[in-house]
Amino acid sequence: MTTRQFGAPVQRREDPRLLTGGGRYLDDLGHTAYEAAFVRSPYAHARILEIDTDAAVDVDGVIAIYTHEDLPGAVGEPLPVLIPHPALTAARTGYPLAKGEVNHVGEAVVMVVATNRYVAEDAVDRIVVRYEQLPPVVGIENAREAAHLVHEDAPGNVSAHLVQEVGDVTSAMAGAPHTLTLELDIERSACMPMEGKGVYARWNSDDESLRVYSSTQTSTGVRACVAAKLDLPLAKVECIAPDVGGGFGVKIMHPWPEEVLVPWASRNLDHDVKWTEDRREHFISSAHERGQLQEVTVGFDDEGRMLALDVRFWHDNGAYTPYGIIVPIITATQLLGPYKPGSYRVEFFSLYTNTVLVTPYRGAGRPQGCFAMERTMDAIAAHLGIDRAEVRSRNFIQPDEMPYDHGLMFQDGRPLKYDSGDFPASLAKLKELVGWDDFADYRAQAEAEGRKVGLGIGCYVEGTGVGPYEGGHIQIETNGRVNVATGLTTQGQGHQTSLAQIVADELGVPIENVHVTTGDTRRMAYAVGTFASRAAVMSGNAVALAAKVVRAKALRIAADALEVSPEDLEIEDGVISVKGAPGSSIDLGTIAVMSNPLRYAFDEAAKKATQFAGTFDVEKPPIGDDDEPGLEGQDFYSPTQATFANGMHAAIVETDPVTAEIRILRYCVVHDCGNMINPLIVEGQVHGGVAQGVGGALYERMVYDESGQLLNASFMDFLMPYASEVPFIETDHLETPSPLNPLGIKGAGEAGTIPVTAVIASAIEDAEGFPITSMPISPPELWALRRAHARKDAS
Amino acid sequence: MKPGPFRYLSPDSLDEAVAMLREHPEAKVLAGGQSLIPVLSMRLARPTHLVDLAGIPGLDRIEVRDDCVRVGALVRHAQLLADDEAYAALPLLRQALSNVAHPAIRNRGTTVGSIAHADAAGEMPSILVVTDGVVEVVGPNGRREIAGTDFFAGALETALEHDEIVEAVRFGRFPARTRTAFLESARRHGDYALAGVAAVLTLDEIGRIASARAAFVSVTDVPGVVDLTDILSGMDPDSADWSVIDEPVQAALAPESDIHADADYRRMLAGELARRAFAAAAGATHGGTHA
Repeated sequence: MTTRQFGAPVQRREDPRLLTGGGRYLDDLGHTAYEAAFVRSPYAHARILEIDTDAAVDVDGVIAIYTHEDLPGAVGEPLPVLIPHPALTAARTGYPLAKGEVNHVGEAVVMVVATNRYVAEDAVDRIVVRYEQLPPVVGIENAREAAHLVHEDAPGNVSAHLVQEVGDVTSAMAGAPHTLTLELDIERSACMPMEGKGVYARWNSDDESLRVYSSTQTSTGVRACVAAKLDLPLAKVECIAPDVGGGFGVKIMHPWPEEVLVPWASRNLDHDVKWTEDRREHFISSAHERGQLQEVTVGFDDEGRMLALDVRFWHDNGAYTPYGIIVPIITATQLLGPYKPGSYRVEFFSLYTNTVLVTPYRGAGRPQGCFAMERTMDAIAAHLGIDRAEVRSRNFIQPDEMPYDHGLMFQDGRPLKYDSGDFPASLAKLKELVGWDDFADYRAQAEAEGRKVGLGIGCYVEGTGVGPYEGGHIQIETNGRVNVATGLTTQGQGHQTSLAQIVADELGVPIENVHVTTGDTRRMAYAVGTFASRAAVMSGNAVALAAKVVRAKALRIAADALEVSPEDLEIEDGVISVKGAPGSSIDLGTIAVMSNPLRYAFDEAAKKATQFAGTFDVEKPPIGDDDEPGLEGQDFYSPTQATFANGMHAAIVETDPVTAEIRILRYCVVHDCGNMINPLIVEGQVHGGVAQGVGGALYERMVYDESGQLLNASFMDFLMPYASEVPFIETDHLETPSPLNPLGIKGAGEAGTIPVTAVIASAIEDAEGFPITSMPISPPELWALRRAHARKDAS
Repeated sequence: MKPGPFRYLSPDSLDEAVAMLREHPEAKVLAGGQSLIPVLSMRLARPTHLVDLAGIPGLDRIEVRDDCVRVGALVRHAQLLADDEAYAALPLLRQALSNVAHPAIRNRGTTVGSIAHADAAGEMPSILVVTDGVVEVVGPNGRREIAGTDFFAGALETALEHDEIVEAVRFGRFPARTRTAFLESARRHGDYALAGVAAVLTLDEIGRIASARAAFVSVTDVPGVVDLTDILSGMDPDSADWSVIDEPVQAALAPESDIHADADYRRMLAGELARRAFAAAAGATHGGTHA
């Protein structure tokens, strides 16, 4: 009996290789390639007056030096606006190498190609660029005031202005018995994958083709961009994501300047060329996220039920908008969480600043939205003197209201319609897990010991598995090996395990026989990418559908051979047999042989498929009219809309009464991603997400000075939490299956991150007794807040 | 983040190393490399030569003597941290070293190197001064000794000449009935501290405080000893009100603001840590380890 794999905590099959140094990351490839380094702008905003490369040309080992003037045709044009939107009225993108003006520190100005990176950096040092500095715009307040402009033709520094409204907020607010206004602030952070970006391109002049390896979250996207920029037929470009050391969003953005320049240089020089991003480059030339100022006004009744919610926020999109306004759109829509707002109006301004551009980072606008909503819930509870969990519960969408349509348009251009979830049940689990109702005793005990503790809570809903589609291709070889390909990429999620579990079940084969390839356009040319917690939902269902296709074909061939009806057959452990008649069986490898009629025998097994091997119907063609050779098949999964996962977190924090040091004593998660393919992997996703959330809540920020210099562009000063800063995470799961896909699954990739900032703010507020409106928060900041409140109380 | 060109030199003796430094005025000494290599990689320094001490025999020894613990220039933090004899002789070493960065850094970084680097945010410079330690130096004119308190000249500056090398440091041992504690607070475990303090209490025969000294991390220009004996002497350490040290402690501090904490916070933190460290040293509260 084959054990069902779906739902089992199968150990990650890729880990032994990755943990013992067997991974092949971008910089592990191409040791004979030339290497690139870049002269990057030292100024946040400046005009380029002159570039003098004379002294660099003489450096031994320099192969080529390029400025914008050297870039031909489309290579020299602005990078694409990947996701246009009608509200994005002033979209601006950079050039692969700056043309005349730089708009953030770190923008690439000159590319040097040399025999190795050391020499390339020596040459970079010798290149002199003369700039005329322009006034920089740094910080949301300055962008909003617009005393200076980032782009002269983007008035008010506004790239986009969008308003959505459901119901009549103005009159509902006017009629509300209570109203509150909150002003909130969230700082920048960034994905910071262990492996930065990297591109390795191999131009083959013999057949005019290009192979590009990129540390990307979308190899199909990079391939399409490279082919378009280099004016190559798509068939002559292949893109492969090798092992990728983390993405978290920054690698879904594409094409990065280097993804255009490195392939172009490879063709230009007729030589392999590689660029591996270093950490400083990653800080100043990749992408950041999160920075927003928010203003929330809420109207509610005596019971704490929302009647009107009016949100305005200002989103810092950095210097350019190649990824459109996906992040603020997600904030605007996902802010609502599990609640019914009564009526809702949300307005945002997406603003240019002379800083690194902003594209999605795990959570992608949701942590900010959750922060706004959950701070509001706590404010309502405080105002009315009602328990914070109770206020939330009174505003919940109820299970019998599913599917619930908010009347808004989500990031995929489709209705924001929740498909599933049982919020009261999740809350009950969370309260039980953290001991919500006993916390008063816990606090009293701590106070008796001279300690300050607080309890915080945060709830979220996450639209996951957005379309448009993903595909699965499955081929069974004559030895029974099952090759599975899906086009989206892997950067640590465990797809070699989770997707294999699904295929093993559908095909009835041992999981050891299933081999999964991701992110290789040679194996699957149609794909979107790995982002928005979509891989399990999209590719999981796609490989399940593909497996059904292959299974049907295998059964059809076996039924012919065994002279029974396909319905009478079953597959177990890779062997097809007649139900109830174990003697009549045939293994999948043999079916694979039979599926591919041959003229030439290349091995023993193949002999059986050759023309003189035996019995076949001479009246029929070897391949039927509506058939294809090979035991393989593919299918695509394309849902009508996103599926909505949800979760609720609670934390107990302790703050030092003197030094204001903050310690997370307990962190509890209740998580609902529908049916879990692999609870071990889901758990890992939650843990990793919470770790990044803790970073965003207590440690990480991008410290720009007024001139636009990033002061903490290293791991010494950018405080990504170590394992020692991440609390033990207690988890519980609720599985409300999604009705939208065959497997009933919802995404889990970003879940852990989303509410952490809100939860920690809530807990610190509970410990301290004054509002926490700005995150992240550090001990020095909490200490300063205490002093400010003490002064206020005294006066 | 690749270093610019430099020549790597591997002397067999200290004399040869000194001669190399004399010959190359832009040379740098390499020991554990935990501060130097990142600085090279970010091209913040461009030495023409690196003089690696790794091949010089005899520099990796820890010697416990009656009056001191002598630590050679190639002794790694991890080696000193793990040395039970050194711990028995001077517990403050382990108390402080367990706060130095992380195991991977302690495995390569040298204790002498962190002293020669003279970063006021390093733990070991303050331990050198609070133990009345001595720096043993080799130069073109032979050997000389510099008192720890004279060694540190400013931020990342020492009394060393360019062609001098620290051969070893001697951490002085404390008299009997001495209790010590080391406390620091960092944003993340193992980071440079926002503030840190080593507290040293010596008691007299009847258990009253005979001397009290402290040295701070990250909140002074150069490591120095704050002598609190005048205020604390004669007190019973089990019932002392440690807030009496606030004034002289605050007078000794010169914290600066940076992106992680402003000067006010560091000042408060250093004061609180000092009270807690003395309380810990006295054994009155949690965390106190003493001889």
